[in-house]
Amino acid sequence: MLDLRRFTGHDMRLSEKLGEFNWGFLLLLTLIASMGFAMLYSVAEGNFSPWALRQVARFAAGVCIMIIVAMVDLRFWMRAAYPLYAVALAMLIAVEIVGFVGMGAQRWLNLGVISIQPSEVMKVTLILALARYFHGLTLDEVSRLRNLVIPLGMIGLPVGLVVLQPDLGTAVLLIASGAILLFAAGLRWRFFIFAGIAVLAAIPVLWSRLHDYQRNRVLTFLEPERDPLGTGYHILQSKIALGSGGVLGKGFMEGTQSQLNFLPEKHTDFIFTMLGEELGLVGGVVLLALYFIVLMFSLNVALQCRNQFGRLLAMGVSMTFFFYVFINTAMVMGLLPVVGVPLPLVSYGGTSMLSLMFAFGLLMSVHIHRNLEISRGPSAFW
Amino acid sequence: MQISGRDSNRYQTFTRRAALLAGVQGAAFLALAGRMYYLQVLKTDQYRMLAEENRISMRLLAPLRGNIVDRFGRVLASNRQNYRAMLVSEQTTDVEATLTRLSRIVEIDDFRKRRILRDIARSPRFIPVTVVEGLTWEQFAQININEPDLAGILPDVGETRDYPYGEEFAHILGYVAAVSDADLEQAQREDHRLLKLPGFRVGREGIERTYDRQLRGTPGSSHVEVNAYGRVIRELSKDPGKPGQELVLTLDLDVQRFAWERVKGESASAVVMDIHTGDIISIVSAPAYNPNLFNMGYPTAEYRKLLESPYLPLLNKSLAGMYPPGSTFKMVVAMAAAEAGISPSQRVHCPGHYSLGSHDFHCWKRGGHGAMNMHDAIKYSCDVYFYDVARRIGINAIADMARKCGLGQTYDFEVPGEKAGLVPTPEWKRAARGEVWHQGETVIAGIGQGYLLTTPLQLAVMTARIANGGYGVVPHLTRALGGELLPTRKAEYLGISEQALAIAQGGMNGVSNEPGGTAFRHRISEPGMELAGKTGTAQVRRITRAERATGVIRNEDLEWRQRDHALFVCYAPVHEPRFAMSVVVEHGGSGSAAAAPIARDIMREVLLRNPGPPQANMPPGRGNSSGAG
Repeated sequence: MLDLRRFTGHDMRLSEKLGEFNWGFLLLLTLIASMGFAMLYSVAEGNFSPWALRQVARFAAGVCIMIIVAMVDLRFWMRAAYPLYAVALAMLIAVEIVGFVGMGAQRWLNLGVISIQPSEVMKVTLILALARYFHGLTLDEVSRLRNLVIPLGMIGLPVGLVVLQPDLGTAVLLIASGAILLFAAGLRWRFFIFAGIAVLAAIPVLWSRLHDYQRNRVLTFLEPERDPLGTGYHILQSKIALGSGGVLGKGFMEGTQSQLNFLPEKHTDFIFTMLGEELGLVGGVVLLALYFIVLMFSLNVALQCRNQFGRLLAMGVSMTFFFYVFINTAMVMGLLPVVGVPLPLVSYGGTSMLSLMFAFGLLMSVHIHRNLEISRGPSAFW
Repeated sequence: MQISGRDSNRYQTFTRRAALLAGVQGAAFLALAGRMYYLQVLKTDQYRMLAEENRISMRLLAPLRGNIVDRFGRVLASNRQNYRAMLVSEQTTDVEATLTRLSRIVEIDDFRKRRILRDIARSPRFIPVTVVEGLTWEQFAQININEPDLAGILPDVGETRDYPYGEEFAHILGYVAAVSDADLEQAQREDHRLLKLPGFRVGREGIERTYDRQLRGTPGSSHVEVNAYGRVIRELSKDPGKPGQELVLTLDLDVQRFAWERVKGESASAVVMDIHTGDIISIVSAPAYNPNLFNMGYPTAEYRKLLESPYLPLLNKSLAGMYPPGSTFKMVVAMAAAEAGISPSQRVHCPGHYSLGSHDFHCWKRGGHGAMNMHDAIKYSCDVYFYDVARRIGINAIADMARKCGLGQTYDFEVPGEKAGLVPTPEWKRAARGEVWHQGETVIAGIGQGYLLTTPLQLAVMTARIANGGYGVVPHLTRALGGELLPTRKAEYLGISEQALAIAQGGMNGVSNEPGGTAFRHRISEPGMELAGKTGTAQVRRITRAERATGVIRNEDLEWRQRDHALFVCYAPVHEPRFAMSVVVEHGGSGSAAAAPIARDIMREVLLRNPGPPQANMPPGRGNSSGAG
């Protein structure tokens, strides 16, 4: 009746793993992605090219990656955490040296056949590395200062490199993910309070070091009418598009703001606005609800997991996903400054889709291996 | 299913904190939903309006300019379809190649090509730029047929002003031209958008300028959906606007064309008017220009020719040409004399010259006319008689009568550019020149020379006022606007005595209808159509004493500028006058030889086309003349 291997850490068979895979969760992700496909179809005035079809292909590839990653034993991911982090860090350094400029910042690394954004890769590997590090510490050890040097370094190095690119959005996301892992690992409250005060004190210094376009984005956010045809244009047009959509929206492919190009970047960062314009409050709330279910499921995976690595990993993935969704939607609604953060699963984009599906694969791996007990000490690593 | 003890406390911490983060997520999502509710429900009306403002753009539609027609409704100015080719640069990969292919159908010179390329560079790629205008139907058809080869070329039909009679009406109708910065400055703010429409034209000269607002009409509008770059996606609604009002002139197309045929080739003008209503039946000035060319921009070389011509084709001589009236002024002097108490039958002897102090004034007839009464003095145009009479009544009496006859003033005529001319008085001379008036100047004023200046329109008015029995008729050119008759000014009685008028009328009858009259040769002989006229030959140079002694040089031997102006004024029919007219041929020589035949022919044409009530068989020369002798 009970398979003891589940509790003793013996390997599961592939068929068992496939049985444990939560297909309902994959369906949920597919639903969210499908809303993106529909919007990309609409942006192209009712055409599958150039965006919708490629997005479907990427999602399909992402699903494959997710299933494969989920099948791999969680202990392998734990062992691979540091090497993967090292590779991502190396790529970030490489992008600083040989990367090419896209969208006004150095973010892309050309690997022959494909171009990838190392910062996207770093988002996943940082969670992996921190989860592994805190797996090995007891609650008391977590809040010891000397034990904080390594994780802060792990966060600080990529953040520094990303800021150099300069990619403020990703830097903020990396800091947030790192902070969440420290928090979930049990770091004492007072550290967060001190850090908060330190950040507030550092704001004037940071402000003076921001690029002009970044400073403009913040100023424009605070007062969008400051320059309605310049930097304020994005926020203003986005709000007009959302607001004019009303409760039921203007109808699929009928959004005037989007179809007549008043709305910028509508297939990438502002895709939620387009959805809100064409499908209205109803469409927007449905999408947000789907996201919320994904988040609650992910948190549940974390809570159900019996090993700290899995818990932290699931929590990290879940919270990173949350940050993406929240920052993007709050930005297009005019609640946050314009930062280049895509709407996960929906925005057109390759690397972010694939790294996200990789992360969901890790989450599913945690779910499948939730009953695995992994020793805290170094002996746990073969 | 038991969790190992060393992990239990960090597991509990994790659970607690996970719950907290779940709460944070829930709160964040509530905030997002709340924000969406605010934008999409509470503020939706405001944002919907902003979206509409973004999307919908109002385009003005130029109204069709009103037609100008003659008194019988025949079209003098209208709109004609303008076949043109536009180029949309985004629809071709190679603008130059397209233009080269187009130039096989229509000639495009280098200057034009540079301008097209400049226009294309200035406008967004989807905006059509005019390449060629005014194509013939054949060229337009060829472009349409070859459209597949002419990538980016868009055949198009617009409206342009058309003057079917060109030169005949040039000085009256004027022309339309592209809007200038000065036009924009003068225009009211609400008209700016209309004036800035590409291809919009405003009346620049003549009636087109005077009635520009009424002819212009009310612009329509079209609401179109545009995208963020201003490209029109589709039309949502359209208001065609109101075309300009139709303007009916008092002119008679046939008379105008006849008059033009008669004066063209000369540097001349002719004015025909109704003596009772002031309707201008015909008013021509030669040479003229082609008003159709101003529409698209007059070709530079042609325009320079107009500017440099000694015959001043751009000047409307009927209104703005100022000439000494010469002997045509003698009726005015005669009437002034009659009013001053000089008996028409009192005779003045003409020995051929008249002495005042040390100066001799000559009569045009070398041997003199002998004893002249007032009637004969007009009939034979005796200068000495009028020298003497003028000196006796004085310049102020002459000037008063001249002003009553409509000289020295403007009439608020509908065509801009009207000149007042000059009726000189001692006061005027003192004020204008700071000099005293000499009696000799009164003497030469008696034969319409000296400082006197009149326009052909004024001479026609003068004649009309003599013919209509002393009513101050005022000339006008417009009958109706937009279907409404325009009010005419009532002609005031001028208070000239019947006797004075009768002597002027009788004298003019003598000129034309009595043997020996200076224009007897150029009379109208058809019964009931006879005219009464007066010749005038205005000297433009000074004849020296030496030249008098050796014999005055004949006009034909002088260079054109030195020759006399030839004038003729007349009214007809003599016994029941209806029409008055004036003809001035610049440097044409003598009035009887150069101007009278033209006037006679035009007047005959007018009468043939306007047969009055049937007249009894009245013998020529009787009419209403009382001073005939």
